[in-house]
Amino acid sequence: MLQITCPHCGARAESEFHNGGEAHIERPKDPAALTDAEWAEFVFLRDNPKGLLLERWNHTQGCRRWFNVARDTVTYEILAVYPMGSQPPALDPRRYV
Amino acid sequence: MSGYRLSSGGQIDRARPLSFAFDGKRYQGYAGDTLASALLANGVDLFGRSFKYHRPRGLFSAGVEEPNALVTLRSGARAEPNTRATVVELYDGLEASSQNRWPSLAFDVMAMNQLAGPLFSAGFYYKTFMGPTRKAWMLYEYFIRKAAGLGAGTLLPDPDRYEEMNAFCDVLVVGAGPAGLMAATAAASSGARVILADEQSALGGNLRGSASAQENLAGLAALDNVTLLARTTVYGYYDDNTLGAVERVADHVAAPAEGQPRERHWTIRAKQVVLATGAIERPIIFGDNDKPGVMLADAGRLYVERHGVAPGRRVAVFANNDGAYRSVAALTTAGVAVSAIVDARREIGAEAQAIAAASGAELLLGQVVTRALGGQRLSGIEVAAFDPVQGARDGAQRQISADCLLVSGGWTPTIHLASQAGGPARWDDSLTAFLPGEASQPWRAAGACQGTLDSAACFAEGAQAGAEAARACGLSPNPVSLPGAKTEPLADVPLPVWDARPPHGKGKAFVDLQHDVTASDISLAHREGFRSVEHLKRYTTLGMATDQGKTSNVTGLALMARERKLSIPEVGTTRFRPPYTPVSLGALAGQARGSHFRPTRRTAMHDWHVENGAEMQAAGLWLRPRIYAQGSETVEQAYSREARQVRASVGMVDVSTLGKIDVQGLDAAEFLNRVYSNGFLKLPEGKARYGLMLREDGFLWDDGTTWRLSETQFLMTTTTANAAPVLSQLEFLLAAVWPELKVAVTSVTEQWAGMAVSGPKSREVLASVLDDLDMSNEALPFMGVRKGHLNGLPVLVARLSFSGELAYEVYCGAHHGEAVWSRILEAGKPFGMIPYGVEALGTLRIEKGHVAGPELDGRTTAEDLGLAGMTSRKKHYIGSSMLKREGLTDPARLKLVGFVSADGGKIRAGAHLVAANDTSSPPRSLGHITSTTYSPALEKYIALGLLEDGPERVGEKLVATYPLKNIDVDVEVVSSHFFDPEGSRMHV
Ligand SMILES: [Zn+2]
Repeated sequence: MLQITCPHCGARAESEFHNGGEAHIERPKDPAALTDAEWAEFVFLRDNPKGLLLERWNHTQGCRRWFNVARDTVTYEILAVYPMGSQPPALDPRRYV
Repeated sequence: MSGYRLSSGGQIDRARPLSFAFDGKRYQGYAGDTLASALLANGVDLFGRSFKYHRPRGLFSAGVEEPNALVTLRSGARAEPNTRATVVELYDGLEASSQNRWPSLAFDVMAMNQLAGPLFSAGFYYKTFMGPTRKAWMLYEYFIRKAAGLGAGTLLPDPDRYEEMNAFCDVLVVGAGPAGLMAATAAASSGARVILADEQSALGGNLRGSASAQENLAGLAALDNVTLLARTTVYGYYDDNTLGAVERVADHVAAPAEGQPRERHWTIRAKQVVLATGAIERPIIFGDNDKPGVMLADAGRLYVERHGVAPGRRVAVFANNDGAYRSVAALTTAGVAVSAIVDARREIGAEAQAIAAASGAELLLGQVVTRALGGQRLSGIEVAAFDPVQGARDGAQRQISADCLLVSGGWTPTIHLASQAGGPARWDDSLTAFLPGEASQPWRAAGACQGTLDSAACFAEGAQAGAEAARACGLSPNPVSLPGAKTEPLADVPLPVWDARPPHGKGKAFVDLQHDVTASDISLAHREGFRSVEHLKRYTTLGMATDQGKTSNVTGLALMARERKLSIPEVGTTRFRPPYTPVSLGALAGQARGSHFRPTRRTAMHDWHVENGAEMQAAGLWLRPRIYAQGSETVEQAYSREARQVRASVGMVDVSTLGKIDVQGLDAAEFLNRVYSNGFLKLPEGKARYGLMLREDGFLWDDGTTWRLSETQFLMTTTTANAAPVLSQLEFLLAAVWPELKVAVTSVTEQWAGMAVSGPKSREVLASVLDDLDMSNEALPFMGVRKGHLNGLPVLVARLSFSGELAYEVYCGAHHGEAVWSRILEAGKPFGMIPYGVEALGTLRIEKGHVAGPELDGRTTAEDLGLAGMTSRKKHYIGSSMLKREGLTDPARLKLVGFVSADGGKIRAGAHLVAANDTSSPPRSLGHITSTTYSPALEKYIALGLLEDGPERVGEKLVATYPLKNIDVDVEVVSSHFFDPEGSRMHV
């Protein structure tokens, strides 16, 4: 079981959290301007990288706040935890493949 | 074998005799015995029948690696199959029985499987029952499953309790032998929080019972920062240095004491782990090597030294390394005669020679055992000359009489946990063994599990690993003094001998005893192309029994390497998976069983419902009143009566389970306008609006009313099922999508009790109990929301109708729920007011054609359900863009319509709609029924459903067919608004 450090509550067991999928997926600001294919890309398609993945987590059984996590999908190592709305820390994806 | 109790020696308490039974026969043992040692002491040599061939099997080991001596322990609800007799601690009154035999252990009908041997070779099932003959499987499966297998589990509920423990420590040491003890001592000297766990009944491993170990353990036990866990198996190594362990708190007694759990599951989070898990001896295979009486050499030593039991009267030894001489020395010391030592090596060291000479055994160097002789038990061995290159020689076999053969083929380090949390295992050519690979988590190995077999070296390595682990935690360990162990002159480096059979040797040679996998199965797998280690394992089932191949994996790989003419590391090994040894389901379930499996949610009025005869039903975690049956009413009679009374006068239903979310903030209206498909910007204060929520992909998701309590505060309601998901989605949108909106959302489902008062008399009833609200149509119009008081208690009253009648929802603080509920019902007495359950609630909404969960099934759109008017074209909202997809606007989509039973038959939910004249089989489905009820208003069975070209088919006759139960009902397609389509009744 992973141990995840909630930025608000500290280190807690994975079972308290809910994974919210890939991070930095921005909802279109001008919805009418998008083609069907672009909508499909936004709604349905997500990256599934081997190595560095930026994803959203919610501390469902705790403070219920959302935050971002940089995780290595091979080792499951959590490389960074950073707030919603901020840019990911500088991590070289090639290091984690 | 003819085991017997020695007159002295062993760590047993001869003053405490214990009585026990095996297969109904009574025996006596002593405190300190295992079931295995006690039976061995009583001369029992037949413990079970093998998995496939039903061959007689005896004791093979003295520990967790036991593949043969599996028994069913206890009986009735506490019966536990496939328990290894070698780890069952004896207690007074113990009952055990053998498995996989019929009618008795000594005479087993299924043993004729041996005669059909070729039938049961590797891949037999695939070859015989796949392809054209697959049907035969159906016929034979029952008999094959009965014939091949292990013990049967009980179907009775487990009477015992299991506990869960979460532990955090700096250093977890797994294994309390020489290396583990020193690791714990060194780590503890730094002040680190240390847990030392060992699967055996007492800590110490090979040092168990020695003065130095006792002293060491007493020192550790006195420290506050050390937790000692005996009888605790660390079975799994998981992410982030989380390890699972099971402590057998009361498994070594007949039944747990009052208040005591049988087992305790430990989830241990350790900053650092020291693996001191030891090593398991491996056999050398030869013909009929499964004969009762053939045993691992170190097991023989343990029975003598630990339990004071001789494994036989005429003991022979077969070895390829010095380890077996430790056993010879132990037997000699105990006065057990060793008649012959067969050693594959041509030369042995001086120390081993001295032990052999002292034992008086005939020493046969450069020779191997090629075959075990005897019927149901060992009577002798065949011995032949051995050449390291050519192997055993055919012919000129010599026979030696023996009732016990102790075999040692070297040591297999116990790398299971290291393998679970590390890279591929490393091959060590001199030990001919796999060692732990690179650690991918913070652990280090010490002692025999990383190939160090000498005691003095184990002490030093353990101390070093413990100190390093403490330092890795940022602590400073003190130097520890190592027990004075002399460096062992015996060398455990084996001569690689895996299969000692000569080219034309007789007898079955078993590699995996528990799964009956033979050397020829491995040759067969090779011939048929199943050569990779993963294929070999699956094709032959090698190592896939409950012992996970602890004594067979390496031998199996060696034989495949021989077939492929590769080295063992080139063949490779598979990764071990948890659990290391079997874990009971009870320990994993812990307290989460029965009604404690998940929480139960009760509304504020729950006790009232139960006291007043409600039949409660589960709705997710909630319990809701289904019906309030009177006398001998059926469910249908009860809900019909309740629904009729609502339409005739007035009734009340508990709606507290609806999701309730407080939405507050300057941008609350803007936020709601983006999440609902219909407009919310202009909803005035004091008004409620029915809203639809779509998923981002355009499908309908949830519905409910949202009430504007003030300019900046709304009370949103959701369906019972979606309360939590809707809250999560709102939180997500505010955190990730629209962080600029000034809105806060909070679940208030538990804070409000809610009740719907419905029926033409609802206004009069509420007017009579509310302190301060004008209930007139003008003062509280349809969809109006007011704050008021009832008996001085603050309430919210909203004029909403799900039933189509004049109706109100009354919300109050949850602790006032029962008081408000009772007060309203009392006021309703003059009108014959009744409480009604969710069945009548459903009946009333189906009669009105309102959609609910069965229609909002995640595959329907607003348009499908006739709600297209509620999807705004003027604004963008969640789901609006995808709603225009071709697939969602296809005119061929199923549409909501109503059905009435034309033949008086009851319509089943889930029935498919087919044309009456469709004779094809199966007939083409035109749609399906979603919700059904008897309608007291129409006096007919009615239903809602989704139908191709639904609205255009109104008036058509179809058949609602339910082939699973062979039920066909003639139905007529009608509008989904069965009752009062104009809605006149709720607007009065
Ligand atoms: Zn938190």
